[in-house]
Amino acid sequence: MKKRITIDPITRLEGHGKIEIFLDDSGNVEKTYFQVPELRGFEVFSIGRPAEEMPRITPKICGVCPTTHHICSTKALDDLFKVEPPPAAKKLRELMYSAFMLEDHTLHFFFLGGPDFVVGPSAPAAERNILGVISKVGLDIAGKVIKLRRECRDVITHFGGRVIHPVCGLPGGISKPLKEEDRLKIVAVAKNGVEFAQFALKIFEDVVLKNKDYVDLVTGDVYKHSTYYMGLVDKNNKVNFYDGDIRVVTPEGKEFARFRPADYLDHITERVEPWSYVKFPYLKNVGWKGFVDGIGSGVFRVAPLARLNAADGMATPLAQAEYERMYATLGGKPVHNTLAFHWARLIEALYAAERMLELAQDREITDTHVRNIPTAIPAEGIGVVEAPRGTLFHHYKTDKNGIITEANLIVATVNNAAAICMSIEKAAKSLIREGKVSDGLLNMVEMAFRAYDPCFACATHTLSGKTALFINIYDSNGNITDTIGSE
Amino acid sequence: MCTGRIDPQFVMKAFESGADGVLILGCHPGDCHYKEGNYKALRRFHLLKRMLKQFGIEEERFRLDWVSASEAEKFVEVINDMVKKVKALGPIKKNPPVPFSEEKASGDIKVEAHG
Amino acid sequence: MAKPKVAFYWCASCGGCEESIVDLAEDILKVVEAVEFVFWPVAMDFKVKDVEALLDGEIAVSFINGSIRTGEQEHMAKLLRRKSGLVVAYGACAHIGGIPGLANFFNHDSIFDYVYHKSPSVSNPGGVTPQLKTSVEQGELTLPEFYDTVYTLDQVIDVDYYLPGCAPPPDLIMKAVEAILSGNLPPKGTVLAPDKSLCDTCKRKTTKPDKAVIKEIRRVHEVLLDPERCFLDQGVICLGPATRDGCGERCINANMPCRGCFGPTSRVEDQGAKFLSALASIIDIDDEPEIEKIMNSIADPAGIFNFYSMPASMLRRKISV
Repeated sequence: MKKRITIDPITRLEGHGKIEIFLDDSGNVEKTYFQVPELRGFEVFSIGRPAEEMPRITPKICGVCPTTHHICSTKALDDLFKVEPPPAAKKLRELMYSAFMLEDHTLHFFFLGGPDFVVGPSAPAAERNILGVISKVGLDIAGKVIKLRRECRDVITHFGGRVIHPVCGLPGGISKPLKEEDRLKIVAVAKNGVEFAQFALKIFEDVVLKNKDYVDLVTGDVYKHSTYYMGLVDKNNKVNFYDGDIRVVTPEGKEFARFRPADYLDHITERVEPWSYVKFPYLKNVGWKGFVDGIGSGVFRVAPLARLNAADGMATPLAQAEYERMYATLGGKPVHNTLAFHWARLIEALYAAERMLELAQDREITDTHVRNIPTAIPAEGIGVVEAPRGTLFHHYKTDKNGIITEANLIVATVNNAAAICMSIEKAAKSLIREGKVSDGLLNMVEMAFRAYDPCFACATHTLSGKTALFINIYDSNGNITDTIGSE
Repeated sequence: MCTGRIDPQFVMKAFESGADGVLILGCHPGDCHYKEGNYKALRRFHLLKRMLKQFGIEEERFRLDWVSASEAEKFVEVINDMVKKVKALGPIKKNPPVPFSEEKASGDIKVEAHG
Repeated sequence: MAKPKVAFYWCASCGGCEESIVDLAEDILKVVEAVEFVFWPVAMDFKVKDVEALLDGEIAVSFINGSIRTGEQEHMAKLLRRKSGLVVAYGACAHIGGIPGLANFFNHDSIFDYVYHKSPSVSNPGGVTPQLKTSVEQGELTLPEFYDTVYTLDQVIDVDYYLPGCAPPPDLIMKAVEAILSGNLPPKGTVLAPDKSLCDTCKRKTTKPDKAVIKEIRRVHEVLLDPERCFLDQGVICLGPATRDGCGERCINANMPCRGCFGPTSRVEDQGAKFLSALASIIDIDDEPEIEKIMNSIADPAGIFNFYSMPASMLRRKISV
């Protein structure tokens, strides 16, 4: 008897999503669909708005990563008005950005993704959360994580006025300079951040890498796709979140493309499916071959593991050492194992902290000249940054008064949309056999999408100790015959 | 009343309630009993006209003109002209009907079918 | 005594209101100890059927954030209304529509046309458009209906209280939660924030113009912004006079003008119209051609004056698209 499993809604991610799993007559998975049932239309309602308001409009796309939209939008405005910000302004923006990357990445590890490893994927659901992490590694940790998060968010608030939807970005600069006494405070936060990121990597080493079962899970086949990888790199091909060129490598790790943000349309195309409001980006010059991986398919991935795969290294020493260790452990570049996203995320957190410290210790950063007033007539501008969840593109066109006439946005996680579908399907196919659905499935399917950190991290889910999914099993008449989930 | 007292919300309320045009007649600039009132009205008028245009209300539907108490002919002329122009434009197109059920879930309050 | 049951749900939301709960940090523990969460999709795995199984009114209070723009969101808002004693519209989108309310200058077709067909990065030779129902080989997939118009929460259900802001600040959240838990509530329909304008507590109010003084309007990127002077006095549009107080002037402190996320005070029905009035009053030009000129120099009045409040404005949306 054919069955259909609906997971609705997916939880512990930003936004709304549902998964439909169709079984064939033998009870094996025939096909899965990952649907995004929401749309708000930012690209269209930006039309008619003054371009300088875009850094205040676009962060409302996501209240978890508003800083990424704010900074990306501000960079698009620099390009639109052809105005170069003064050095101090660029550094301040990147400093704020680094603080955000550090906060967001470490939060995801401790509260969302990490518990799967620290506590174990087959541990009782009630323990697969921060409480389980605490009982495994100590109460101290939670306090450290909350403190780091708060300190980083205070840094963002200092610059942006508020941390949820900051407001300081302007074409050609930033709204106010940094005072010396505040710079010193930020240096202290950054130093703490470096220590904390190293500490998180140590936990990963002790708990994951020293555990054979986990290593098997990470290196196994269930969570593996040989895709292309994309990320922003500096002129030395090192990972950079704030600026640079976009680099794409093949599933074999060879450079496939390296282009300026302004040329993104020559490389990225989006596909529309009738069953989801989200679109599916793919590499234009490879083409769409379906939800499949391999060198012949234009499906690519973004975000931590992809960035490390696409680059030649990390720009800061401690992160570089960790980068080398990861590749040595996992057998060289590129790494295709989806669960390694968690490891790469912590390496990036360390880079973010080191970069934050570098910038905070740069004396030029307290210079009071932080704005250059644009003089050119605006027409078109493109800005790109690396958000925690992937490459983010903001593209604006305006009339000569700087009123938006067209806006195109490709938003981070969306680049992974096809890969997320594929990862979910692969996990479901491997784990659901002959109609048997178990509790383990719940977590294993979750793990497939959670590795991508799809856009939302919420620290407090953990206090209740609940799992993220229920699965309803429907018979062919649409009646629910079974429900799996735990409270 | 003095045109300076006209709150833009009155104009918007008129359109929201179904008016196809709004005409404001005030004392000539310089003749305001309260000195500045009609200048305030003039400034508000120009800005409101722009804003209403963005809301899809054509410029000709909103007008401010100066007529004193002794200018009966002008009064008639302005009104006739306004009516002619608004008639030519036709009624303001109604918004799409509210797609959901008309009862709010608690109580019997009807959701306004915004027209 | 049983803990009051609480639900927290998001409609057309960005997740920032969820983050605002997380930002309560240690204070969240006080809340968690005192209540029992029965529905919070971002964080917990309760399902819709669990909410449906509750008795009507069994949930003590539901906090709903995000505006309403799909059939699913409308359905969930109505379901939670039935099951809850109190409903609080949480955050700017639920309260007054929020930034996504700017979509009310457009409609379903114009949005879908660009997003799925005209966007320069889309390749869609088959003209595929997301459908409410799609038949695939294995069965039928559904998507919720996308409405032409964005609605505030109270345009869809009865709302008891409003917590304003994008996102509401921690102190206001805690005050509201404490009021609800203690039963010490103001009259139904109250916005849980001070009922005066932002200018009242703003550090820059000594330089706020109280009569016609402005000769020129400048956009934020066109001038250096003086960190001490009132923005309006600098000729820069700041919605402070038309905006409710309570945010702590977060944006002003970052040296950027207010864009009105708290919505208007209780005495004002249309925030955009109120601001228009306030702005016109401080412009010092009497010559009609000059008046026209300065008014034409203001970029996007309908969008900026109703930045967060388009769906709550009197006209609610553009009349014809």
